[in-house]
Amino acid sequence: MAKTGTHSWTFTDPVYLQSTGTAVGPMEGEGPLKETYDVIHEELHCGESNWELAERKLMTDAVNTCLQKAGVDQSNIDLFLAGDLLNQNVTGNYVARQLGIPVLGMFGACSTSMETLATGAALVSSGYATQALVAVSSHNCTAERQFRYPTEYGGQKPGTATFTVTGSGAALLSKTPSKVKVEAATIGKVMDYSVKDPFDMGSAMAPAAWDTIKTHLEDMGRVPGDYDVIATGDLSSVGTPILKDLMKQDGYDISDVHKDCGLLVYHSDQPVFAGGSGCACSAVVTYGKIVQDLMSGKYKRVLIVATGALMSPMMLQQKESIPGIAHAVVLTRGEEGS
Amino acid sequence: MAKQPLNEKNFDKARKSYQPKPPYVMNCLKAFIIGGLICVFGELLTQMYIHWFDYSEKNAINPTVATLILLSALATGFGVYDKLGQFAGAGSAVPVTGFANSITSAALEHKSEGLVLGVATNLFKLAGSVIVFGVVAAYVLGIIRYVWSLIF
Repeated sequence: MAKTGTHSWTFTDPVYLQSTGTAVGPMEGEGPLKETYDVIHEELHCGESNWELAERKLMTDAVNTCLQKAGVDQSNIDLFLAGDLLNQNVTGNYVARQLGIPVLGMFGACSTSMETLATGAALVSSGYATQALVAVSSHNCTAERQFRYPTEYGGQKPGTATFTVTGSGAALLSKTPSKVKVEAATIGKVMDYSVKDPFDMGSAMAPAAWDTIKTHLEDMGRVPGDYDVIATGDLSSVGTPILKDLMKQDGYDISDVHKDCGLLVYHSDQPVFAGGSGCACSAVVTYGKIVQDLMSGKYKRVLIVATGALMSPMMLQQKESIPGIAHAVVLTRGEEGS
Repeated sequence: MAKQPLNEKNFDKARKSYQPKPPYVMNCLKAFIIGGLICVFGELLTQMYIHWFDYSEKNAINPTVATLILLSALATGFGVYDKLGQFAGAGSAVPVTGFANSITSAALEHKSEGLVLGVATNLFKLAGSVIVFGVVAAYVLGIIRYVWSLIF
């Protein structure tokens, strides 16, 4: 592993995705990517008695599917990197309680998906872990109740609001060659352009995505065309055009390769306002559709830029703005499949 | 369209140009119609209590409000009121049904934390400010009215 440029890592000792697992809720299960998920729950409670348990069930499903597909027993995993949106990272920590694997809880709001993947890859590449499991989750109702209002509260939301994805994604990393390789990562810095509107997180996160993508391209000496897809996490229909314009100001045209997971995960006629958001948004799209397209050979190299709004209701009430962050990971088609 | 370059200073203003314009006229119209319909329904209830249950015109308000609160609580529990709220905005938030929804939704949400620390503690999480300012305003106006009556 080696530091590349200012904030990027290139995994010189290659790291591969052994398997992935995804679990989603009912609305995602009716979305355009429904064929790509492993587990689809028909009901928001996922058969549990409260929302927090439902989210835990989703992460458990994703982790179990991931381990099952790889044919690996959990006792052989050295490290579990988990994160979610809830206070004290309860989903990740309580799932870890069952797994009995040494755990590092991580939080980067919705960017946690790539934060865990990048950190996991770094630890595997440098030899501190042979097999590392990474997982993130979010649930629409746990997020609503923690960050906004009770789920059944009849407040009106503007069209710029985003809709937290109910789901979880997990991935298993090791040095054993496979069809999908984790090539590099860029760790983002907190960017805050003074957006205070919690119903416009796409705008709040766009500068972070711009900064991370620009840094990544400069560090790696690449252009947007070097990627089949540059996928941002959850900029939605509001943040996406802002990101494109910010990139254009620096002379990068990403409009041909850019996709936003928040716009991929739902049909445009589903009632999700500006698009999907949450840790699970980038995770279920990446560990589902994008990894499958890498395995099938449709894509050769993709850049996943998970965007996070580091939003705290208490900070907003104290008149603070919403800081944004974005972490990027490069996935390429591995040697085994080529 | 010549846009100003985006930078840290103008970003918060410039982001507005990327957003869909809120349909103010349409929102007002929806709020007016749904809010109005809720009030018409309340009026029908009042008339019903006057004609069939022998309430006086003044006293019929009490069972009317109680009925509206009950129906709103049920609609919240069945998961209908939040959808109505997204459609009607202020139209369903301002009437007493909106107040009932804010209390019922908080009660439902915090059921998992138990009856005392969950439901009872959080019941007025959203409605509490309405009550505080309602009581304070009534108190202040009451004093003004009393002083007024002493002077004149």
